[in-house]
Amino acid sequence: MSIQVKFFASLREQVGLSDITIEQASTAAEVWDLATDKQQQPDNVLVAINLEYAKLNSSVNDGDEVAFFPPVTGG
Amino acid sequence: MAMKSPFSHPLLVADMAAIISEDYFEPWHLISEHQQKSELAKQFGATATFVGSMRDFNDDADVSEMLLEHYPEMTKRYLEKLEHDAKQQWPIIDCLIAHRVGHIKPADAIVVIACWSAHRRAALDACNWLIEQLKFNAPFWKKESRPDGNVWVEHNTAG
Repeated sequence: MSIQVKFFASLREQVGLSDITIEQASTAAEVWDLATDKQQQPDNVLVAINLEYAKLNSSVNDGDEVAFFPPVTGG
Repeated sequence: MAMKSPFSHPLLVADMAAIISEDYFEPWHLISEHQQKSELAKQFGATATFVGSMRDFNDDADVSEMLLEHYPEMTKRYLEKLEHDAKQQWPIIDCLIAHRVGHIKPADAIVVIACWSAHRRAALDACNWLIEQLKFNAPFWKKESRPDGNVWVEHNTAG
């Protein structure tokens, strides 16, 4: 199993990682714990799985791309 | 170009455009050029536009520059989804969304949204909906250069 994990913006700086691959996880929350070595998760963290918004308790599968980022501020 | 329309009349709809640019663009030129090149321009009865530009202040601090980060693959997909969803809700004939990323200077346009329809209400409502959806859901993040350092913007203004 292989899951690509990405972090963006302030969350990337906070975590100290832009991307990492992990071998095993069943939910996005578990992906966070494994990728960040259980760093404290901000209350307002957003998650996307395969480029679509998801939830922390959403399931992940082999080959997924999971991204974590703070509230968006474009426009 | 003809497509199945959720509305009462047959609707011709152009291929809509979502542009993400690291380079400066002149917003009105972009809108004008898009309209002039459209094969459906003769059906446009209404054009509604929104242009968002960079201020040189935020939260009472001077801002000299901005870095706009995004999630490239998701951003493009999300903007195209917004255009698709807008087409399902309003009889818009054409639509343009353009957004800057990278280094931005005060007064530069950050975002351009233009909607074209046969009558004004659809263009106005779709344009308003698109900018609100973009601001609160499209994966862009602003980092401002202020006198005391570089600061991530943590939330959008209410409007």
